[in-house]
This record gives sequence, C-alpha cells and structure tokens, in this order.
Amino acid sequence: MKLELRGITKRFGPLVANDHIDLVIEPGEIHALLGENGAGKSTLMNVLYGLYDPDEGEILVDGTARTFAGPGDAMAAGIGMVHQHFMLVPVFTVAENVVLGHEPTRGGGLLDLAEARRLVREISDRFGFDVDPDALVEDLPVGVQQRVEIIKALSRDAKVLILDEPTAVLTPQETDELIGIMRQLKAAGTSIVFITHKLREVRAVADRITVIRRGAVVGSARPDAAETELASLMVGRAVSLGVAKSPARAGDVRLQVRDLVVRSATGQRVVDGISFDVASGEILAVAGVQGNGQTELTEAILGLQAHVHGSIELRGTQLVGRTVDQVLEAGVGFVPEDRSKDGLVKEFSIAENLVLDLHDKQPYAQGWSMRPRVIRENAERRVQEFDIRTTGVELAAANLSGGNQQKVVLARELSRPLELFIASQPTRGLDVGSIEFVHERIVTERDNGTPVIIVSTELDEVVALADRILVMYRGRIVGLVPGSTDRDVLGLMMAGVPVDEAVAQAAVHRTETTAAGTEQGGVL
Amino acid sequence: MSTVTAPTQGAASQGAVGGSTPGSRKAPITYAVLGLFALVVFGLLGQPGSSTFSVSTRTDLFQITPIGVPSRLTAIVLALVCLGLAAFAALRAKEGRRTPGWVAGTFAAAFVLAFLTWAVAGESIPFTGLLQGTLFLAVPLVFGALSGVMCERVGVINIAIEGQLLAGAFLAAVAASLSGNVYAGLIAAPIAGVLVALLLAVFTITYAVNQIIVGVVLNVLVVGVTGFLYSTVLTVNASSWNQPPGLQRIAIPLLSEIPVLGPVLFRQNLIVYLMYAAVIVANIALFRSKWGLRVRAVGEHPRAADTVGIKVNATRFKNVLLGGAIAGLGGAFFTIGAGLAFGKEMTAGKGYIALAAMIFGRWSPKGALGAALLFGFAEQLRISLGIVGTGIPSQFMLMTPYLVTIFAVAGLVGRVRPPAANGTHYAKS
Repeated sequence: MKLELRGITKRFGPLVANDHIDLVIEPGEIHALLGENGAGKSTLMNVLYGLYDPDEGEILVDGTARTFAGPGDAMAAGIGMVHQHFMLVPVFTVAENVVLGHEPTRGGGLLDLAEARRLVREISDRFGFDVDPDALVEDLPVGVQQRVEIIKALSRDAKVLILDEPTAVLTPQETDELIGIMRQLKAAGTSIVFITHKLREVRAVADRITVIRRGAVVGSARPDAAETELASLMVGRAVSLGVAKSPARAGDVRLQVRDLVVRSATGQRVVDGISFDVASGEILAVAGVQGNGQTELTEAILGLQAHVHGSIELRGTQLVGRTVDQVLEAGVGFVPEDRSKDGLVKEFSIAENLVLDLHDKQPYAQGWSMRPRVIRENAERRVQEFDIRTTGVELAAANLSGGNQQKVVLARELSRPLELFIASQPTRGLDVGSIEFVHERIVTERDNGTPVIIVSTELDEVVALADRILVMYRGRIVGLVPGSTDRDVLGLMMAGVPVDEAVAQAAVHRTETTAAGTEQGGVL
Repeated sequence: MSTVTAPTQGAASQGAVGGSTPGSRKAPITYAVLGLFALVVFGLLGQPGSSTFSVSTRTDLFQITPIGVPSRLTAIVLALVCLGLAAFAALRAKEGRRTPGWVAGTFAAAFVLAFLTWAVAGESIPFTGLLQGTLFLAVPLVFGALSGVMCERVGVINIAIEGQLLAGAFLAAVAASLSGNVYAGLIAAPIAGVLVALLLAVFTITYAVNQIIVGVVLNVLVVGVTGFLYSTVLTVNASSWNQPPGLQRIAIPLLSEIPVLGPVLFRQNLIVYLMYAAVIVANIALFRSKWGLRVRAVGEHPRAADTVGIKVNATRFKNVLLGGAIAGLGGAFFTIGAGLAFGKEMTAGKGYIALAAMIFGRWSPKGALGAALLFGFAEQLRISLGIVGTGIPSQFMLMTPYLVTIFAVAGLVGRVRPPAANGTHYAKS
C-alpha cells in the first residue's frame, strides 16, 4: 500500500503545528520521521490516524484521496498506530486488548475468547513474539506491551504501521529486538513510519529519513548520513553531540550510602539494600530502565520517601530521618524527574519559581515579608546567566518551553553553594540545543568540586556525563563500572545481567551484529 | 531471555520471605481479635439457657421443628471455629500465600451465629423471618448498587442513586395510583430514574461539570421536587394520587417449597424476580460480552477505547441512562413493591448505602448483590433483636448497619481498585 500526504496543514489557534507537509510512504519501506520534541511529528501522525482533522491538504491511499473521520476509518484503510503512551487497558488480558473494538462473538453478543487467543497466538508465532494471550497487560514489561500493540495493529490487517517514539521506554536490548521486528515486518510487506528523535536508531533501520522542524519538512536524508549532519538538520544549526569534559579530579568521599532500603506504600522493597560512595568532583550516573528504584533512591536522599532504612551520610551528617527542609539546608540540590509536576509551580512566575526553596530566607525575605525587588533582581540575573528564553521574569512558568523550564529548575538549584547535586532525568524531553546547555552546567558544577548524581534512563546521556556508572535493576546494584564502559555491556546490565556475564555476552553480540550489519548494509 | 528472568525470581522470592506485604497480616489479626472477643463475650460471659431458631413458616409444606441449642456451648464452639480460621489465615500469611475467599465468608457466618446465639439466649428468633427481612431490605440496595456499577464501569460516578431511587418511588406510586394499575407504576419508575440520569449525563458528559457535585445537587433537587409535590398534590388528594396498589406475591411452584430458602427467595413479588434476573444478566453482560468489554474499556482507558473506534461519550451516555433506569426500578420497591404510599424522603439514604455496597462488591454485580445482602442483614438484625429484646441498648443496635458498612468498606475488603478513569471527563484532544 502506498500512502501519500499532500500539503497537510494543521493549526491550533495561532500555532501552526503542521505547515504544508508532503510525505510519501512507499510499500514495504521503513520511513523515519525525524524531529525534535514539539516539531509536529505526532500531530502529523494523529492527522493521518484520524484523530485530528487537517485544516488543509489531503491523504491519498494507493492514489485515491481519503478522509478519516476517526481512528476507525484509518484502521479500515489499513493504517495501524502504536502510540507513544500505549493504548492498552492495563486490567485486560492481552487477548482482550487485541480484539477490543472488533471482537469475535459466539452469538448473543458473547465474547469468543478462544478465537481471540487463537488470533493472538497466530500473529505472535508468525513473528516469534512469544506473548501469552492470557497474561494481564499490567503484569507485562513495557517491551512486551509494545509487542501487544503491534499485534493489535496487525490483527486489523495494518499495511502501514506508525510507531510513535517506540524506543523511548525500551532498554537498549529491547530496542535491538524492536529493530529486528521492524525488519521482519518490512520483509512481510508492511510499511513502517518510524517517529523518533534518536539519531542512532534512525540510521540503523530506516530506508528513508524525512526531517521535520517547526512543523515543516526541512529535508530528507539517506540513512548513511552522518549523525552530526542529521542533528544540524533537525535543530537548524550546528550542534556538538558530545560533552566537552575533562577527566574527573575526584576528591574525598562526601556522600556515603550504606544498606539503604526503601519500601513502597505496599511494602515492596523498591530499593533493596544498596551501598555506594560519591566523591567531590565526580559525576556518578545511576543507569537503569525506568522503575527500577532510581526515583525512590533520589527521593530517599532528599527525604521524600516514607519508609527508609539504612544510612545516608553527607559529610558525616545523617540524612535519613531528616525533613526535606533540613536536607536542603544541608546543601543538597535536587532536579526532580518530572519538572512540570515536581520541579516548578507552573502558575507561579519565573521569578517566584527561582526562589521556591529560598523565599523565606535572607536576602529574599525580611522577617515576615518577602522582598519582591530582590527576588526580581535575582531572577533577571539568573535568566541572563542560564540563557532562559523569556520575555519577562513575571511571566508564569507554564508559558516556557520544556527546555527553558528545565533551565529555571537548574538555575534555582545551582544558585546556592551545594554539598551534593542530584539531577533526575535532567534532559528528558529537551531539544538537542538545551541538552547541550544542561550537560555543560552539570559538568561545570562537578568541576567546582560538588559531588554529582545523575539518574538517567538514556544511555547516551549516561555515557556522555558519567565518571562512574552505577547500574540498578529491581532495586539493587547490578554493578558499579567506570564511565568508559561499553554501551552494549551497560545495556545488558540494565536488564539485570551481572558485569562479567554482560562483558562476555556483549562480545558475542558484537560479532553477530557486525556479521548481520554487513548483510543488511547497515550498522547497529 | 533466560538471563533476564533469573534475577527476577531472586528478587521476587526475597520480597516474599521478608514479609514485604504488611497488608497480608491484617486479616489474620482482625480474625484473631474478633474470635477472642466472641469466645469471651458470647461464650464464656454468655448466659446459660438455650437459644431457639424457628426455621419454618406456618404455610410450609415441610414443617421443621424449631431448633434449640444450648447458648453458651454453641457460642463457644462457634468462637473456636472463628479462632481456627484465624490460625489458618495466619498460617497462609506466614507462607506468603493468599487466604482463600471462603475463609472470610465462613468466619463472618460463624461470628454472626455466635452473636445470635448469645443475643437470643433464653429466647426464640424466627430465622426464616430474619432472612426474609434481609432480602426485603436488600432489594433497593441491589438495584442502587447495580446502577452504580453501570455508571462507574464507564467512568461516571453516580452519587445521584439516592435521587434516582426516590424519583422512581415517587413516580411509581403516582402512576400506579392514577391508573389504578400497579404495572403502570412498574413502567413509570424506570422512566423517573432515566430522567434524573439524563440530567446527570448531560451535565457531566456533555458539559464536563464535576460528577460528584452534579450528583449531590440532583439528590437535593429530587428531594425538593418530590417533597414539594408530596405536600401540595399528594397529601391534598391522597386517595387518587397516593394510594398505589401493591404488587402481588408470586410463589414459584416447587421452588417455594424448599425448606428455609424457598419462602425467602421464591415467594416474592415481580420486582424481586426482576432483581435476580438483573444481577445475572448484568454479570454475564459485563464480563462475558462484547458490550461489556467495550464498557469496561471506556471506564478504564477511554483514550484506548477511542483509538479502536469505540465512541466513548456515547457509551457513557447510554450506560448512565441504563443505570438510571435500574435505580428507578429499584425505587419502585419502596412504594408499589412494599404496598406503601409515597412518603417524604422515604429512601432515607439507601442510595448512599447502595454506593457503599457497590464499592464493597468491587464494582461487580455479583459482589454488589452480596454486599447489599450483608447490609440488609445488619439492618434486619437490628429490627429482629429489637423485637426479641436483648440486653443490648437499642442505641447501640441502631448503629449496627452503619458499623457493618464502615468495617466492610474499610477493613475486610482490602485494597479495592475502581475503574481507572472513574470520575474523569473525556474530551478528544
């Protein structure tokens, strides 16, 4: 099936999310749609899937114009979509999720679950997915959930499969498996639209690349194009992808964590007896797939977790059992992973957000009253220093882009002398330009002699920043390895494989992919 | 893959050995405390003498002589059964396994029987009457809870059950009185419920007003409107407006002759039989049918339902109306079902208890039935024991239904999970 988009334009009020976009997806090709967050990729795909009505332009399926009133129409035309946030009902089984909306029945409107299971098994076996049709979706790892989404689309005879940021939630190994699945689907004749902002994956799997910036197509590229070339096309200017960073000059140990156990509200040991040190002037990156205890670890240090046992000592001061206020007082700076929810009060102005934790202290307050003039002056200084792009410091933080919001959080946390700096997912959802800036600031803080802990699920970020890497899996430490550790080894460790075994397996894996790479004409 | 699963198992077993789920210890401790209480208060401190349970009604085909048991001994035995179950539950918890569902049920039955033998020591209590009363009081609760299930399964909180019951009771009485035909009332009652539900649906689904606020306001509205009409029209001309005929009891041949259960279950009026049907049909439809799968998808993850072509808000709208009809029909039980005239605010908070029954029943029709029966039993117990006259102060007895509700919802159910999208408005982006 050939799919063509002609002059698609979609406006939300004054914002033009898609500006006359033309796109052709040939049968059986993997077409990558590359662009930064907010470039308009998802809007375009939602138009294609019938979730949005385009203001202008037309969609052609095999040369005839079609309009899709809703996802039902798009599916009927052979378009399937795997959303970034899975559209699966967590409490349903795999089979129930797959057949939802086109249920087989046995008369009287009763579900034919046997037929549903058969359908799942058939597709699952065809591609070697290994999915149990009776498993509850909420019990499955995200990688498997994604396969359920793919089965769901294929069960409706999708000829074109849209994958919206499919690798955002996967471990590196799961990403490799997904790339294998994409190749299999392509071999079976399914076209794939692969939406992403990750350059490495695009180059590994795409047949053609279309780059979108600010709602418009800015060019197309071959998969053998250099990463820097793709990046500058995507951002619109030259960018450096690495982080310029001198070797760490680690000093004495500042933070000592011993036998730390954090229990969740339901009693699970989400952090399960871990110990590590962080020295001044080094960056310790905590790597791991989302939900393996990293969040709870950082929150335990800050005093946000309720059930914490063990010891966390910062320069000899015990932090366990302290209130958040006391921990901040002890010199801990903290960038939470969800900046819009935990990092900022979005309705407050930028100036207010910049003194959220200092509003009651000198010089921002005098006795009972705050001092707006001092707060504003401070804000103007920080906006300069951290290159926050805004028209005024009295504007609500909600008006800022994600990158600039993160700069506000960083500016606040880095604006006082720190004994420890913790940043959780510091660049999640940021564009390449902002990532560069945030990374530079973190390295600067390290060079000032502050011990730094970075929590990240992105291997690129871990590798770029870390002096040492602590890999967590199911609340435990899989290994503590040097910053120069091979990506494949790290990926395996993130799946729970111990260091020695991971090194051995990665060596085998590398020879295999090199062999496969020469066949496929691509490099993983 | 094998390398990935190996550490998983390690971590999982570790958690279990460490007794990492404190919730699992709650049930055995509760059982043990209650069991000890039963042993001491009902058994050891109980009065000597015998407790008599009469189980047959005079019209029964098979007459069973009333059962008399020695009060203290029986209570002690039942209390020991309770303690045995507590020990069993504790053992299961120690092994890190789930306690089977029958344990809770058997425990409750043994505890209640121990209480009864103690309370009626030296007296006699009609056991069949107790069960009949239980069902009678449970009927509106079942309908109300079913209505709640229908609405909340699609993600709309229905606080307006109370109002729907009251409107159903009102219109059933008026329609039956005016036409002189009781079945006219049976048809009018669901319509009244639907009208209230229509307001709920329009405001919450179409205009995205907060569901709880709309529900509460509707309750107040229905109380006001029916109260106004009651005092202006119904009382002025009561003979033509508010003297509804009652539904006849229909005894089902054979089934109604089963000892104890027959008279309780199968000598009832049409509304009760409709209730049996409603529970069975709703349970099958909700969990086995195509319709049910879609309904539950809408309540759990509306956007996912939308992306596979299910019309979310249309589904919600229809279900809210369906829920209204069910609650309205339940309302008819207050007037034509019981053969009574309409009275001001005669539902007296039953709609809210129905809401609790729905939660206790974990949003399933079957569970709602069980919960409603439990609440009905607690209420009937108060009435029966009041008649028998036990040593318990009547003020304390008045509290029992509500105490049971609180304990049921808070303690014994454990963690319940409502439909994920419950109470949220859905709008296409």
